[in-house]
Amino acid sequence: MTPKERMAIPCQEMPEQDAVVRARNMKEVALGFTAEQAKIEASRCMQCPTKPCMTGCPVAINIPGFLAKAAEGDFDGALKIIKETSLLPAVCGRVCPQEKQCQKFCTMGKLMKNVDKAVAIGRVERYCADHGDAGEVVCAPKTGKRVAIVGSGPAGITCAADCAKAGHDVTLFEAFHKAGGVLVYGIPEFRLPKSIVQKEIDGLKKLGVKVETNYCVGRTRKVSDFLEKDGFDAVFVGTGAGLPKFMGLPGENLVGVFSANEYLTRANLMKAYLEGEAETPFWHGKKVAVLGGGNVAMDASRMALRLGAEKVYLIYRRSLEEMPARKEEVHHAKAEGVEFLMLQNAKEIHGDESGKVCGMTCLKYELGEPDASGRRSPVAIPGSEFELDVDTVVVAVGNASNPLIPATTEGLEVNKRGNIVVDEHNMTSIPGVFAGGDIVLGAATVILAMGEGRRAAAGITEYLKTK
Amino acid sequence: MNKIVAKEQLSENVFRMEVEAPLIAAERKAGQFVIVMIDEDKGERIPLTIADASKERGTITLIFQTVGASTLKMSHLEVGDSIAAILGPLGQPTHIMGRDGGKPGKVVCVGGGIGVAPMHPIAQALKAAGNDVTIIMGARNKGLFVMEKEMREIAGDKLILITDDGSSGRKGLVTEPLKELCEAGAVDEVIAIGPPIMMKFCALTTKPYGVKTTVSLNTIMIDGTGMCGGCRITVGDETKFVCVDGPEFDGHKVDWDQMLKRMAIFKPQEAAAKEHACNLYK
Ligand SMILES: Cc1cc2nc3c(=O)[nH]c(=O)nc-3n(C[C@H](O)[C@H](O)[C@H](O)COP(=O)(O)OP(=O)(O)OC[C@H]3O[C@@H](n4cnc5c(N)ncnc54)[C@H](O)[C@@H]3O)c2cc1C
Ligand SMILES: Cc1cc2nc3c(=O)[nH]c(=O)nc-3n(C[C@H](O)[C@H](O)[C@H](O)COP(=O)(O)OP(=O)(O)OC[C@H]3O[C@@H](n4cnc5c(N)ncnc54)[C@H](O)[C@@H]3O)c2cc1C
Ligand code: SF4
Ligand code: SF4
Ligand code: FES
Repeated sequence: MTPKERMAIPCQEMPEQDAVVRARNMKEVALGFTAEQAKIEASRCMQCPTKPCMTGCPVAINIPGFLAKAAEGDFDGALKIIKETSLLPAVCGRVCPQEKQCQKFCTMGKLMKNVDKAVAIGRVERYCADHGDAGEVVCAPKTGKRVAIVGSGPAGITCAADCAKAGHDVTLFEAFHKAGGVLVYGIPEFRLPKSIVQKEIDGLKKLGVKVETNYCVGRTRKVSDFLEKDGFDAVFVGTGAGLPKFMGLPGENLVGVFSANEYLTRANLMKAYLEGEAETPFWHGKKVAVLGGGNVAMDASRMALRLGAEKVYLIYRRSLEEMPARKEEVHHAKAEGVEFLMLQNAKEIHGDESGKVCGMTCLKYELGEPDASGRRSPVAIPGSEFELDVDTVVVAVGNASNPLIPATTEGLEVNKRGNIVVDEHNMTSIPGVFAGGDIVLGAATVILAMGEGRRAAAGITEYLKTK
Repeated sequence: MNKIVAKEQLSENVFRMEVEAPLIAAERKAGQFVIVMIDEDKGERIPLTIADASKERGTITLIFQTVGASTLKMSHLEVGDSIAAILGPLGQPTHIMGRDGGKPGKVVCVGGGIGVAPMHPIAQALKAAGNDVTIIMGARNKGLFVMEKEMREIAGDKLILITDDGSSGRKGLVTEPLKELCEAGAVDEVIAIGPPIMMKFCALTTKPYGVKTTVSLNTIMIDGTGMCGGCRITVGDETKFVCVDGPEFDGHKVDWDQMLKRMAIFKPQEAAAKEHACNLYK
């Protein structure tokens, strides 16, 4: 096929639930390709010899390789190729910001002069993961070495799986009562069904990984106890960026102001959406303001709709262009009825006599000079105050790293932001203690956390050879 | 799963339970708490103070009052049953004068209602560190006192009982003997644990005398590890997370009005859940 002929193959639209219907239910929004669609979409790939897409994928999946298999309808073969580098394709195919990663560099998108017309790599990846079978995993012979993994997010899951495959005896420790990290407490069911995460955890157990929930490392036991008393030979710390940031606004501690972490944890992990069944109560705001512009803000605002809010405002102090959220989620949120208030920000939250939120003063912004991050920085317009009628405010302006492990582990080096410092093998300042994911990178992405878990596992295996 | 090895009813709606949790028993210090789940799938995560622990038996003791759905469910578990999940020990241990710095001195412990239970290990540690310990125990009426014997073992004749209705000990509020003790001078520290309103007034009582007053806040929590901010409260000019920065704070700096309002966030839903749970046990 010539490139021209390939360009003529129509882009496949992923079926999704109707926007009006889905905005009020918790079921997955994007339904996934059919087999036929996956084949057609994969056949749009031109098999570029330089493979530019691969440079955009943080773990460098052999993209043309798996697309070629998928185009033939060999989804098992495609999944095998994906799994050589990525452990969580069903997750990443759904949540990667593809338009900024693999698809950004895709030649097809360049030819069509529209990144949205690039080969839908993530969607085909998702199809292969959901429907393909990569076969049984074989573990290397037992090494007799024991590895403790702290935190069960994508970094921990990946590191645990790779360590188990390398023949080590692995135990995964998680503070919550359910394993999965942000994938279970943060990202909602309608975007990432929890059954998919559970499948990955079950997979770990099949590899022989022991999963200990309700275990807070630093409190129940310390990292040093693992090494000195409990007979572990190496430890991996993947505790994520779980510390919610607040903005320091007047009124931020009023009743009805939540961190996105609390709001989403109540809804997802504690299943507050199962009204009448779940015991954890939920705050049913009617007019909800969500502050922020990332994936977390999108998830919180769409969750608010699903839990019965009549109006949901998403308030972001820059413009749509600067918004860090995945493009697809922004589209989805808009279609579902979230109102986007761009170049605006909260100034003060007001409360009534019982301490409940009863309104908010906002300010309008304009874009000034680019700041250190290269984005144009927002500047408040003096005198532009206006009132917004809300009864709930969700603060989704980012997470900092959880300080518990650094605070309870003597000699563990962290940087100014509290992120753990690691070398090129993801080893920390303490020999035998490795770290990766958001606790190292700051709030990042699933695929990056997964990549870090992989590199750390390789580092651990190397390190254990010398012991 | 944590097996219940002993259970005792201390008063009409207060229970003591000893449960298996060997790692927590080994690590815990006075003032720390656990998060308990009765049902891991749809249950709530509730914070409870570790009232006592035995390293030998590998158990911790919890003392709880049935105030809502989850504590009511917990009260219906029997010896041999298991609690689905216990996470801990969480929070900062109590600073014990004379042990963790400073010289031993005169300490007044004020326990209101169920607050006597979390006070017990603290009073024990204070005594062991050589402090002169006075204990004030307050309750609405005689039937609501818990652990009187244990507290008497620590304080001897320096145990002051006080009830709202005078059915046991003095009639009145805990702040009255507290004020007299401050008035008489030589109080180095007051530790108050009980309903927020009681702690608020204890702090107000000691403030004019400049007596350091430590309170243990019982805010609503979810994770207990610092990831949600649901337990946050203003102390001085700062926002603090009770589960990791506390649960103990300087009572003179706590924004009590905010604390009381935040405690009531889910009142309507909790009332409905309690009624539902009560009906289940009828
Ligand atoms: C709402 C939300 C939406 C997001 N959407 C996207 C998206 O669409 N695409 C994307 O790529 N990324 C997204 N992200 C970011 C992504 O989820 C994270 O970058 C990723 O999960 C980080 O993985 P991790 O393994 O480092 O940590 P986490 O997933 O945060 O997992 C850490 C785990 O460690 C546990 N833990 C912490 N401390 C302890 C301790 N002391 N002892 C034991 N266990 C402990 C925590 O309970 C948690 O389960 C989103 C994040 C959020 C919050
Ligand atoms: C650090 C800490 C230590 C605690 N130690 C103990 C203890 O040793 N023994 C004990 O009996 N209780 C203790 N509590 C309080 C206990 O957590 C609550 O009583 C429990 O969560 C109520 O759950 P429920 O489902 O039965 O009631 P709910 O239905 O949740 O609530 C019923 C009533 O209790 C109030 N309430 C809700 N959550 C809390 C809360 N976290 N604290 C106080 N009141 C609340 C509600 O406003 C409502 O009026 C502690 C709380 C904290 C934060
Ligand atoms: S893992 Fe993410 S970035 Fe890599 S190919 Fe898949 S969707 Fe693209
Ligand atoms: S850049 Fe696009 S077209 Fe080229 S190999 Fe990669 S996916 Fe295929
Ligand atoms: S309970 Fe979640 S931060 Fe304290």
